[in-house]
Amino acid sequence: MGGVHPPENKLSTKSNITELPVPKAVIIPLGQHLGVPAKPLVNKGDDVKVGQLIAASEGFVSANIHSSVSGKVLKIDKALDSSGYTRDAIFINVEGDEWEDSIDRSPEIKKEISLSGAEITKKLAEAGIVGLGGATFPSHVKASVPKGKKAEYLIINGVECEPYLTADHMIMLEKPEELLVGIEIIKKALGVSAAIIGIENNKPDAIEKLSDIAGSYSGTTIQALKVQYPQGGEKQLIQAILKREVPSGGLPIDIGAVVFNVGTVYAIYEAIQKNKPLFERVVTVTGKSISKPSNFKVRLGTQVSELIEAAGGLPEDTGKIINGGPMMGKSLASTEIPVVKGSSGILIIKDEESKRKEIKPCIRCSKCVSVCPMGLEPFLLGVLGEKSMFARLEEEKVMDCIECGSCSFTCPSGRPLLDFIRFGKSNVGRIIRSRKQS
Amino acid sequence: MLLVIVDTIATLSGLGITAAVVLYFVAQKFKVYEDPRIDEVEEALPAANCGGCGFAGCRNFAESCVKSESFEGLYCPVGGNEVMTNVARILGREAITQDPQVAVLLCNGTCENRPKTSHYDGASTCAITSSVYGGDTGCQFGCLGHGDCVEVCDFDALHMDPVTGLPVVDDSKCTACGACVKACPKNLFELRKRAKNDRKIYVACKNQDKGGIAKKSCSVACIGCSKCFKVCPFEAITMADNLAYIDADKCRLCRKCVTECPTNAIIEIGFPPRKIKTEETAQANPDKTENKSDNNY
Repeated sequence: MGGVHPPENKLSTKSNITELPVPKAVIIPLGQHLGVPAKPLVNKGDDVKVGQLIAASEGFVSANIHSSVSGKVLKIDKALDSSGYTRDAIFINVEGDEWEDSIDRSPEIKKEISLSGAEITKKLAEAGIVGLGGATFPSHVKASVPKGKKAEYLIINGVECEPYLTADHMIMLEKPEELLVGIEIIKKALGVSAAIIGIENNKPDAIEKLSDIAGSYSGTTIQALKVQYPQGGEKQLIQAILKREVPSGGLPIDIGAVVFNVGTVYAIYEAIQKNKPLFERVVTVTGKSISKPSNFKVRLGTQVSELIEAAGGLPEDTGKIINGGPMMGKSLASTEIPVVKGSSGILIIKDEESKRKEIKPCIRCSKCVSVCPMGLEPFLLGVLGEKSMFARLEEEKVMDCIECGSCSFTCPSGRPLLDFIRFGKSNVGRIIRSRKQS
Repeated sequence: MLLVIVDTIATLSGLGITAAVVLYFVAQKFKVYEDPRIDEVEEALPAANCGGCGFAGCRNFAESCVKSESFEGLYCPVGGNEVMTNVARILGREAITQDPQVAVLLCNGTCENRPKTSHYDGASTCAITSSVYGGDTGCQFGCLGHGDCVEVCDFDALHMDPVTGLPVVDDSKCTACGACVKACPKNLFELRKRAKNDRKIYVACKNQDKGGIAKKSCSVACIGCSKCFKVCPFEAITMADNLAYIDADKCRLCRKCVTECPTNAIIEIGFPPRKIKTEETAQANPDKTENKSDNNY
């Protein structure tokens, strides 16, 4: 249902994943995941190693945080996040690069899975794995199927429908074997036998590579999908592959599906087979004006400015720097912010392309309604958000919005629909939370 | 012809009288007793229907006043003590008095003091902007300048200053209804006690960042240095979250803190100009000048 076709602009498909040098200092925010921020376990002046647990999860929907570098804890203080607000973070000054001894750094691929399903879930929580597609939902929560529900299919999200971004594409090309082992691990944890990897047709090399070796893993199949945005959305992908619809307000598990992103699967492979917690990720640094669009493996906490420097520096005519892709990403107010678990890309937009259209009144063309992948009425949600009519917004199912931005993209009147809706969503969410508490 | 006219008049009059009689008895039967004092109280209220009292309009406030035994939690900020005395007289109760208040903007981040670091070209209301990001300057606590407060002010007491980019409160029109306090997503408005001649001294900053960071983003930010806290002879200043706060109830408007503040974050309004202290006189008799300035207050 719905969807748009923005220009793909995948500029960095030719550049292999390169490891970015360890930075001089890192800032590791305590809230890098969906849910409750973690609680710091280290103090000022403590020595930490790479992979050491430095903040523990607070509650079930939360995640552990590990140090991405070795060095001394400088302080625990407020640091700017991508939205320009300050949040608590651990500042570490780097000294050398000393890893925890338990981490297996050998390059060989370990296929045998020695842990049981429950042990895998436990280890996912320990390793602080969260969904790396952007929503940063803790993976151990996803891997624990609630009582009374049964998982039938494991769906692997290799769609990467956001224009410009190529991080997932590169992982599929460079780590196919690891991915398939990772899928076996999740299958075991969920107790399912069927796994489907969904990949869009614009990545034929990835489809070919994975199809070649998937034969030796029974139950795992590849499904090529037509190119459409936002097919990488969890609910959209399930609909495309299984032809089932997740009910409003429900979760994929309600219809027997569990979705993991390829980046997450790779992180899960490393966590289970190599004992390596989540402290680095692949980030695409791209843009039409940048000299070397690249895919970097980055230690979490590295500043965005260092990534841009490594990709050839910030071009003069830059108008916007976006954290994420052009459709769902948010522009950054500063480059002095750290890469976190949810950072999938850094996109540099030229000044002339960065300006929005002038905001004009809605002409009731209903384009937004036809492109909305969730079957909502964005023009209405936009107006209700603008007028702060939150009760009505809730009735109109604003919480089902996946914030894909198709409505803003397609609006001929240049209305910032997604901004209105995000405002409405955050308020309605707050109201629902306070209602639950009372 | 005449007969038709007479018939018509007679029929209609008959209908009217019957309906009146029926309605009279129905009205008697289903009569709802309403305390007549509600009308009286409503009459005494300013009829602004601003909601500043926390109730849905003046009528609702009047009902609550009549129903409740005391005036606890009931105060019309717009009408002030005068109106509340009238209401108390109608209800035969002891009047409660409150010090008159006025809304004050706790931010002085003008375009000059607080340079812009980014630009947001989406929806132009403060509420939406603040839900999207921290703001277009280095300070995430300061005024966003889209004028949500101006929009909600029913008394025409708030205007945007195009030069500074900040809203300005017109003290003569402000009724302290609190609409702007509720509307500002950054909580920058405070209702403070009105002093004589609308004199005010307050810390015009809400930046909770540490001094260095705050100062970097805004030249008139409170850096939490505690100098004013130390100099205040009346213990009116408290320090919290890297911010100084002047309690209007304790402040005696001596202006010592204003001169002490290294970043000019403390604002004084409505005072006569200070006597100019030339460096010479200050050096010649430092004690004397200081004493003199003390005596001024």
